[in-house]
Amino acid sequence: MSEEKAAVSTSGMRVVIVCQGTGCVSSESPEIREALEKGIEQQGIGDTVQVKLSGCHGYCEQGPIVIIEPEGVFYCRVTREDVPEIIECHLKNKKPVERLFYRDPGTGEAVACYNDIAFYAKQQRVILRNCGHINPEMIDDYLAVGGYEALRKALLGMTPEEVIEEVKRSGLRGRGGAGFSTGVKWEFCHNSPGPDKYMICNGDEGDPGAFMDRSILEADPHSVIEGMIIAAYAIGSGEGYIYVRAEYPLAVKRLRLALKQAEEHGCIGERILGTDFNFWVHIMEGAGAFVCGEETALLASIEGKRGMPRPRPPFPAQSGLWGKPTTINNVKSLATIPVIISRGADWYSSIGTEKSKGTAVFALTGTIANSGLIEVPMGATLHQIIYDIGGGILRGKAFKAVQIGGPSGGCLPESALDLPIDFDSLSGAGAMMGSGGMVVMDETTCMVDTARYFLSFTQNESCGKCTPCRLGTKRMLEILTRITEGKGVEGDIELLVELAEEVKDSSLCGLGQTAPNPVLTTIKYFRDEYEEHIRNHRCPAGVCKALIAYYIDPGECQACMICLRQCPVEAIEGGKNLIHVIDQDKCTKCGTCLSVCPPRFNAVRVISGEPVPSPPSATERKITRARGEGR
Amino acid sequence: MSNDVDLSLLDPILKKYQSQEGALITMLQEIQAVYGYLSEVVLTHLSREVKVPLSQIYGVVTFYAQFYLTPRGRNIIRVCRGTACHVRGGSRILEAVEREVGITEGETTPDLEYSLETVACIGACALAPTMVINEKTYGKLTPKKVMESLSRKDRKEREVE
Ligand SMILES: Cc1cc2nc3c(=O)[nH]c(=O)nc-3n(C[C@H](O)[C@H](O)[C@H](O)COP(=O)(O)O)c2cc1C
Ligand code: FES
Repeated sequence: MSEEKAAVSTSGMRVVIVCQGTGCVSSESPEIREALEKGIEQQGIGDTVQVKLSGCHGYCEQGPIVIIEPEGVFYCRVTREDVPEIIECHLKNKKPVERLFYRDPGTGEAVACYNDIAFYAKQQRVILRNCGHINPEMIDDYLAVGGYEALRKALLGMTPEEVIEEVKRSGLRGRGGAGFSTGVKWEFCHNSPGPDKYMICNGDEGDPGAFMDRSILEADPHSVIEGMIIAAYAIGSGEGYIYVRAEYPLAVKRLRLALKQAEEHGCIGERILGTDFNFWVHIMEGAGAFVCGEETALLASIEGKRGMPRPRPPFPAQSGLWGKPTTINNVKSLATIPVIISRGADWYSSIGTEKSKGTAVFALTGTIANSGLIEVPMGATLHQIIYDIGGGILRGKAFKAVQIGGPSGGCLPESALDLPIDFDSLSGAGAMMGSGGMVVMDETTCMVDTARYFLSFTQNESCGKCTPCRLGTKRMLEILTRITEGKGVEGDIELLVELAEEVKDSSLCGLGQTAPNPVLTTIKYFRDEYEEHIRNHRCPAGVCKALIAYYIDPGECQACMICLRQCPVEAIEGGKNLIHVIDQDKCTKCGTCLSVCPPRFNAVRVISGEPVPSPPSATERKITRARGEGR
Repeated sequence: MSNDVDLSLLDPILKKYQSQEGALITMLQEIQAVYGYLSEVVLTHLSREVKVPLSQIYGVVTFYAQFYLTPRGRNIIRVCRGTACHVRGGSRILEAVEREVGITEGETTPDLEYSLETVACIGACALAPTMVINEKTYGKLTPKKVMESLSRKDRKEREVE
């Protein structure tokens, strides 16, 4: 265990860290924490053991997670019933509970410490450096790992120009999606005339399937705040806003607490750290509009208006909030700043690729074994992320595509797995770094349906101000919908591509300019799937409802009654020893029968592009069993 | 019904943001927290007090998904329609919920028991597909689990009452 970590566990005490991230909370971690606290008190070991909460560790798949420091022992899938054993064996008798260790799915070996688990061992955590290790509700924890040291260094030892130069030299590019140089952006704002400037943190995180900014705000709010104060000092701003997405109440709560603590510590407010630099921060909660993540829309929203983007220039750095020079940075960009100032631009720029420095955080989800929040150096390959860290595809299915960058990004096929990823390589492949959502899809995902899904999202979130985005996405969605319904016609693909190029070129803001990406990439890499839908009315993945039917294979059905009982619309007919048959007229294609049919029978088939076989006759449906033969 | 709205509940909010430029959205959020939704009476009163045209307030209210012009149910069901949930069968979960409570996305049951909404990612993607009922998150859902958590029987009884 490093010196730093030991410092957190305050003078030789054992610390039990219970994850209180959103994933773990939804599987009972608050109850586990309570049981631990109670149990420790009852056992009278409260003076040597302390229970702490932390934000997300990233490995949500294995939650609820309990970590014991200073050993670094990692317990996963903990339940309340496990608590007495943890207390008795580990905390009292210093014998870790092996039963709760993580088991490597490859080797089957039990792994005691998180540092040795493949999921963590192959990551490099710079932005997520504190997530899961410190209590986000205690500034002392943050101070113990060197928190606010960077602010001290910047304010007391560097001029704003020097701070900007350092950030420029580090090569940091904005993590909000576009990847613009953060230092250059600051310099631009610094050089804009006028006494009043604003510093804004963009925590709107609208990508539907990504939660890294939320996790950072919940697990390590002080890093973001510290980065923000340094940025404000560099550009010469006295007032700032943190704009947080409406669905993130816990993040708002922890931010408010952190701001209060930072103020008490003299890091926010008047005469920060005894200098004559003043900076105040407000929190603004979004009200539910994806487009507000776009910087000019975000400004309109803070001003109390409808969140509609406006053309740039003028850029916010010249004329932003209330017409004043304004800098807007993403949560991850800001959380990186303190490390750059503390460890220096040279250290930071030694990580990553030539044009994309540092690390990238991804929310790795979908049909992957290890869902969670991960961080790798720029230049890591998709293969390393999906297989080495992510543990491969769930249930041994075949990889089909990975969607990167959310509604603005694209779907990349297997041939892209060896691509070293950074800002430029992803754009080159038609995807985008975007926010950092990375959704893995297997053979049971339909790419036409995926394109339709993303477009229905952007179409729904289009603010309606410019015509190409408002109407173009609508027409594209109509075409995609008819293809998924088996009503596509020859020429639809070409029409989609033409419309997509039009919408990309002529939309006002990034929403419309990137909305066609999921469509274009799926056509580029999975055109045959589109053609199957259009020509043969077949959905190869068995997803598009209008094109599929569920059918029980009479040769496999063992009349076990499970699907029959679970069918929500009572569309399955059959009985004991009577092979089950699906009434195709009643069936709503919810897929319940497929998911509940015991794998040893595996009798439910998805049929697409061919007629459903007629059901067996009454006599053929009778199963006669030899005596003693189980069902 | 509009007659018995207690407009005095607005006073502290109006006072707090009186002089603040651009506080409209924050005010609307706080007002909604008090009344549960934004009624015409309340918005008209607000418009007069802050001297912002009602049409402009209406424009803002209808732009953002989190503002409601009609009362909402006592229980709010939010089904995730995020990407991870979609890939793991989220649309079937939404259908199952719709079937169980008998309303579609964006609606409220006539007895004000349930409102059904969708949300883009609740941040528990590892547990996909997911939904949230009030504060509680339900993960790794199947249509069957949905039926259990929203027990149809329970609802039937209430309908009979
Ligand atoms: C439709 C749309 C949505 C966006 N959503 C976000 C978001 O949720 N968070 C974010 O930081 N940036 C988002 N951006 C990018 C911002 O406009 C802006 O570039 C970014 O906040 C700048 O910060 P950075 O330089 O640190 O990357 C979005 C852009 C568009 C066009
Ligand atoms: S996509 Fe459903 S919780 Fe993230």
